[in-house]
Amino acid sequence: MRRKSLQLYTDHPELEFAVPGHRACQGCAEILALRLALKVFGKDTILAMATGCMEIISTPLPLTDWTLPWIHVAFENAAAVASGIEGALRILMDKNKIPRKDINVVAVAGDGGTSDIGLQALSGALERGTNFTYICLDNEAYMNTGIQRSSSTPYGAMTTTSPPGRKSIGQSTWKKNMPKIAVAHNIPYVATACPSYPFDLFSKVKKAKMTKGPSYLHILSVCPTGWRIPTDLAIRYGKLAVKAGVFPLYEVENGEWRLTYSPEPLTPVKDYFKGQGRFRHLTDEVVAEIQGRVNKEWEELKGMCVK
Amino acid sequence: MAKPMDQYKWHELNVGCVIEEIGNASEYKTGDWRSQKPVVNQEKCIKCGLCWLFCPDAAIEQMEDGRYRWNMDYCKGCGICATECKPGAIKMVEEER
Amino acid sequence: MKKGIEVSIAASVAAKLARVEVIAAYPITPQTHIVEHLSDLVANGELDAVYINVESEHSAMSACCGASAGGARTFTSTSAQGLELMHEILFIASGMRLPIVMATVNRALSSPLSIWGDHSDVMAARDTGWIMLFCENGQEVVDSIIMAFRIAEDRRILLPVMVNLDGFSLSHVIEPIEFPSQEEVDKFLPAYSPLYTLHPDKPVTMGAYAMPELYTEAKYAQEMAIVNSRPVIAQVMEEFGKSFGRSYKPVETYNIDKADFVFIALGAVSENIKTAIDALKEEGKEAGLISLRLYRPFPAEELIAVLANKKKAAVIERVMPGGAMNSPLYNEVASLVHANNMNLSVQNYVLGLGGRDAHPEEFMEIFRSVDTKQPLRKDMNFTVIGVRA
Repeated sequence: MRRKSLQLYTDHPELEFAVPGHRACQGCAEILALRLALKVFGKDTILAMATGCMEIISTPLPLTDWTLPWIHVAFENAAAVASGIEGALRILMDKNKIPRKDINVVAVAGDGGTSDIGLQALSGALERGTNFTYICLDNEAYMNTGIQRSSSTPYGAMTTTSPPGRKSIGQSTWKKNMPKIAVAHNIPYVATACPSYPFDLFSKVKKAKMTKGPSYLHILSVCPTGWRIPTDLAIRYGKLAVKAGVFPLYEVENGEWRLTYSPEPLTPVKDYFKGQGRFRHLTDEVVAEIQGRVNKEWEELKGMCVK
Repeated sequence: MAKPMDQYKWHELNVGCVIEEIGNASEYKTGDWRSQKPVVNQEKCIKCGLCWLFCPDAAIEQMEDGRYRWNMDYCKGCGICATECKPGAIKMVEEER
Repeated sequence: MKKGIEVSIAASVAAKLARVEVIAAYPITPQTHIVEHLSDLVANGELDAVYINVESEHSAMSACCGASAGGARTFTSTSAQGLELMHEILFIASGMRLPIVMATVNRALSSPLSIWGDHSDVMAARDTGWIMLFCENGQEVVDSIIMAFRIAEDRRILLPVMVNLDGFSLSHVIEPIEFPSQEEVDKFLPAYSPLYTLHPDKPVTMGAYAMPELYTEAKYAQEMAIVNSRPVIAQVMEEFGKSFGRSYKPVETYNIDKADFVFIALGAVSENIKTAIDALKEEGKEAGLISLRLYRPFPAEELIAVLANKKKAAVIERVMPGGAMNSPLYNEVASLVHANNMNLSVQNYVLGLGGRDAHPEEFMEIFRSVDTKQPLRKDMNFTVIGVRA
């Protein structure tokens, strides 16, 4: 039984910290990713959340979806807010104003809140060695505001601000490699994950939780609304992304790279694109170009990973 | 129990609009978003729990016998449980209203 | 016993006396001496606090929000562009009712870049929902920082407080300053006891969003908090006087009893105005000064009381109106005069921009010419002193 095996990662798999009643779209894998991650973090956790889908679906005053201490300040500053919380806990414990115990400080933001507007605050918090976990829930565009492109939107994808047209193929830039940017800060733990592989995700969340110092989790969060796929296929498309090598599952522990799941032989990118409205306009030439890039990046990643 | 938004007077809000009643979003029922609903053939259930694990809405609960039931107050009818159910015990059918 | 000390250093000593617990700050001229000295105090173990070296002022104020929400007594300091970079978060700190204290070392805003003093920065942040104090001298800076925490953390208030001190002309001068003892400060300012904190033992949600059904009520509650803070602030100032022998009022006056004419000003420029008033007195002429120590909430009642029977006023400001008919403080004084049917003629003068000195002679000239002064144009109801035409 799955729930038994979940007990490897959490004492209380039945506890929900993102309770039913939130207003996430049908089939949202982003709230799912968070729901699963929070089970591992457990009740001694404080969440600092950026403006975005997860914030807006959860806290319309006077209601809140969270049963953990939770704060939202603005869009671009979740990492800085988390730094302040971590500092407060540290000094209040040092001064014996609050009992000493391990409290997980977790910052959560979307891909825009991480790789675009929040990148500076995140870099600062990682560089300072803040004892926290930063989770980027990557649904590959600004979904909350209506599917605008971010620097995390994949090449070729149609969004409302990267529309394909006579002079455009859609998104004209390649997805920013956020995990690699996090790794460049020489922090103890960086990992990619996807809720389609929940046990891989649990294990990485647990490692992030146990890390002293900054840890960074980049979680692919399939968005049926923005990717224009049926609501029941979020788990499927997460798996397809991993199997095509588009979103590899790996971790970097103290500078050592390791694939946590090898999907080789990779399935063709076109199998992953098929059925996604955001890629429907792509020509065979563009798909072939993307396939070439995916193959190249996959080989580079394998080269960095220990066997 | 929170009141409807339009019934709060200004002095009834907490300082800084802090919410003390955690998890009270459950007062909001998302079940009426549904256009399709899951129907379970409990005979086919192998108690693997994948439906429970993958439910974005935490709307699936385990029963005493290890099988699962759906809280229709919250199930939005996305169909992930039916698609991911290995033995095919869950089918999505049109919601009748 | 007074000690000769640079005002910036004195400001950081005041923060230490207030036993601040988290400091998150980013260096900017002319605020730097404050944060450098605080860094020293933390590094030497003289101040038991966490100093967060953030990568921007935006993150400084964001980290302050996190720390204050976490239950720590929180302090920061900035100037000019830094205050503008924080701007977004200033509104959030006050909306979330986080009792952060910030020393703003007032400086001109770019462009053109100027590191020198004026009030462009604070005036652009005047309506962010922060309580705002202005200081005339170093002693006021020290006392104001200590009072600021008492005011901010009062359960009847719970709002952030900005202590304004003029860049260079106040921040970098050496003045004789009397420091209260730690015991006295501890008695006046007990440890911070937050109403809500982020802690797993009692989880709460902070920073929820409001739909149109609730936004007005949320903002009205915040407005009531700042408007109703005025008598509490006056009370704290009075109590400070009883404890430390230096009493303050939201509105300070100088030589107003015999004068029909008063200057109305904010900050350290008041000292030069006082020099001018003394010189005028020697000529047998009477001019007074009204200096606003408290700018937000606007001390309307106190101002009405001290303006009673006055005939003429000159509002002195260190900010260009930016296309408005008048500078900000003038607008509020004029609104006060209008709303209360006061028989007071008010003129508006802009000076001291970007570090330009404001000499006592200029204030004497303002006094002499106030009756004959005509605005340059209908849409520009202010006079810029000292601009080369």
